[in-house]
Amino acid sequence: MIMFLMRRLCQAVLVMFIISVIGFAIQGGLGDPVQQRLGPAATEAEATTLRHSLGLDDPLWVQYLAFANDALHLDFGHSYFFHEPALGVIARYLPATLELVAASAVLTLLLSVPMGVFCAIRPRNWLSQTLMGLSVIGISVPVFLTAMVLIQIFSIGIQVTLFPADSGWGHWLNQLFSIEGGMPAYGRGNPIHVVGVWYTNFASLQGLLYLLLPALSLALVMLPLFVRLIHAEMLEVLETDYVKYARARGLRPSRIYFLHALKSTLLPVVTLGGVQIGTLVAYTLLTETVFQWPGAGLMFLDAIERADMPLVVAYLVVVGLLFVVINTLVDLLYRMLNPRVTLSGRAA
Amino acid sequence: MALLEVEHLDVRFPLRHGEIRAVRDVSFALERGERLGVVGESGAGKSALAFSLLKLLSRPGYIAGGHVRFEGRELTTLSDRQLRRIRGNRVAMIFQDPLTTLNPVLTIGRQMTESLKAHRRVSERRARAIALHKLRQVQVSSPEQRFEQYPHQLSGGLCQRVVIAIALLLDPDIIIADEPTTALDVTTQAEIIALLTQLCDKHNVGLIVISHDLGVIGQLTQRLLVMYAGRIVEQGPTREIINDAQHPYTQGLINALPQMTLPRQRLAQIPGNMPSLARVPDGCAFHPRCRYRFTPQGRLRQACVEQVPEAVSSGGSQVACHWVRELITTVPIEEETT
Repeated sequence: MIMFLMRRLCQAVLVMFIISVIGFAIQGGLGDPVQQRLGPAATEAEATTLRHSLGLDDPLWVQYLAFANDALHLDFGHSYFFHEPALGVIARYLPATLELVAASAVLTLLLSVPMGVFCAIRPRNWLSQTLMGLSVIGISVPVFLTAMVLIQIFSIGIQVTLFPADSGWGHWLNQLFSIEGGMPAYGRGNPIHVVGVWYTNFASLQGLLYLLLPALSLALVMLPLFVRLIHAEMLEVLETDYVKYARARGLRPSRIYFLHALKSTLLPVVTLGGVQIGTLVAYTLLTETVFQWPGAGLMFLDAIERADMPLVVAYLVVVGLLFVVINTLVDLLYRMLNPRVTLSGRAA
Repeated sequence: MALLEVEHLDVRFPLRHGEIRAVRDVSFALERGERLGVVGESGAGKSALAFSLLKLLSRPGYIAGGHVRFEGRELTTLSDRQLRRIRGNRVAMIFQDPLTTLNPVLTIGRQMTESLKAHRRVSERRARAIALHKLRQVQVSSPEQRFEQYPHQLSGGLCQRVVIAIALLLDPDIIIADEPTTALDVTTQAEIIALLTQLCDKHNVGLIVISHDLGVIGQLTQRLLVMYAGRIVEQGPTREIINDAQHPYTQGLINALPQMTLPRQRLAQIPGNMPSLARVPDGCAFHPRCRYRFTPQGRLRQACVEQVPEAVSSGGSQVACHWVRELITTVPIEEETT
C-alpha cells in the first residue's frame, strides 16, 4: 500500500513535470510581453532594460526553473483579465464544474448498471433490444447536439415544468423555484454558499433543477458506452463456470446476478470509469458552453479567447493534477474489487 | 423405490444448423449410498446428462422428454424456484475445474456460508462453524486461514477439496461430480478419489461420477454406464464391465488402456471417431466403427445399420448390441441378401 502510493507519487511528479513544461512552452509562445507593456512607442533601450528586469533574457532553462518555482508555490501569476491570482480565479470556477461532473457521473452509474445488467439477463426482451439499439446511436451523437435537443424539448418545446402550471399552487411553486417556462437551461440559478469560494447546487431543489439538464446531457455522453460495456462483460461473466456453479448451489437469481456476476463485471467498468471521468472534465467545455454553466471549462475558453495566459496555464496544471488524483483513487478502488491484483503491479 | 430414477431421458440443443440430441432414451437408477460412474468419450453426452438432472443445461439445451424422479418426485416439471430448494441442498454438484468453479472475487468463506444460508436459517457464526468443520473433514490444512482466502491463493487440489466441502455442506443425498479429477495432476487425483469414496461411504451419499477416465471410474464406482453418441450402450457392475466388457465399444475402450504388465506394443485404438451428436448414424450409432457389423462370413448385418439395438441382459450387465444379442439367443439376425 505504502509502496503503491510512493510509486504513484513518483509518477505524479513525472506527469506534472511534463504538464508544466507544456504550460511553460505555451506561456512563452504567445506574443511579446515587453512590447505589450511598453507599447509601440518605446525605445530599444527601454525594451532591453525591461526585458532584463523581467528576466526574459535569461537562458530558457533558468526561465523554466523560475516558472516551476513559482508554480510549486502555487503562484501562476495574475490573470490579465481579472487582475487577481490565476489560481484564485480557478478556485472560484472549479466547484461548478466538479459539481456538474459529479452529478453526471452519479447519473451515469445509476442508469448504466441497471440498464446493462437488464440487457444482459433479458437479452430477448424488447426493452433490452431497444436500449442496445439506442446505445449505438447514443455513442455517435456529440454532446452539444444532445444538449441542444434536451433544451429544445424540456425548456422550449413542450416546456415541461415540475409542477402543473395551470393550477394556482403549481404556478406559485414554479415561480418560487423560478422554473416557470420549462426546465432551466441557462446558468446555475442561485447556488447556495457553503464555505470559502464554494457555492453549491446540491443544497436546494432549485439548484438541482438547474443542474439537471446540463448533468443529463453530459451523462448521455458516457451512458451508452457504459451500458454497452456492462452488457458485454455481464454476458461473458454469465457464461462462466462460477455462475453456473452458483446456480447449481441453489442460490437466488438476485444474488447470482448482483453479487457473483456484477462484481466481476464491474472490474473493467471501474477502469474505464476512471479514464472517462477525466474525459468528462474535458467534455464540460462543450456542455458548459451550451448551458452557459459558469464553470472552469467556460472560464478556460474565455481565457483562451482573451489570451489570458496565466489562467490558461494554471487551468492545465490543475486539471492535470485532478487526472492524477482520480486515477490513483480508481486504482485503489480496483484493488478493493479484485483480490487477484496487488498494488505493486505483480499478480498475487 | 430408488433414490433417483431416470427414465427415457431425452436432451436436445436446438441450434441453427439443426438439433443436437445430446442424450437419447437414457434410463438408470441410483440407490441411496450407491456410487455410479458414467463413462464415454468427449461429446458422448455425459455432461449434458449430468446437468439435465437438475435442469442446469446451458441455453439452448432443454429436456425434450423422459423423467427424472428424486425420492419419487418428478424434477423435470418443477419450477426454477422449486428446483432451487433441491440444488446444492439435496443434490450437490462438483464441477470439472476447481479454479474456474469458485468465484475469483469472493472469499472461500463467503462462498461457503452463502451456500448454507441459501438453504438454512443459520447465523453467520453458526454458518462459519459448519463451514470450518466441513473444511476439516476434507482435510484442508489451517481452515481458519483458508476461510479468509480467495480461490487464486489456493492450489487446484485444495480448491477441489473446498468444492467437495461445499458439496457436503448441507448433507446432500446425492453428489453429481462432472469430471472431478480431470483438471488435477495424477497424485492429487488419487487423493481426491480416496476422499470422495471415503466421505460418500461415511455419510451414505449417492454419487454420480462423470468421467472419460476408466481408471478414475474403476476406483470410484460400483456401477457403470457406458455412453456412446448420447445413448447408454452398456450398464452393469463396474468390476464386471472392466473385467469382461460385452459391448464392442466398451471392449475397445478397455483395450485402449495402457497396460504395464504387457510387453511394449502399440496401444490399441478404436478406428474412426465418435460421430458428432448432430449427425448420428442410423441403426446402432457405433456400427461404422464396429468390427462385428460383419458376420463371420463377411456379410453386413442389416440390423446394425437399420435398427437401434435394444438392451439385453448378458452376464450381470445390460448391453445394447445386436451382435451380443445374437450370441446370447443364438438366433442369427437377418443378414443382407445379395
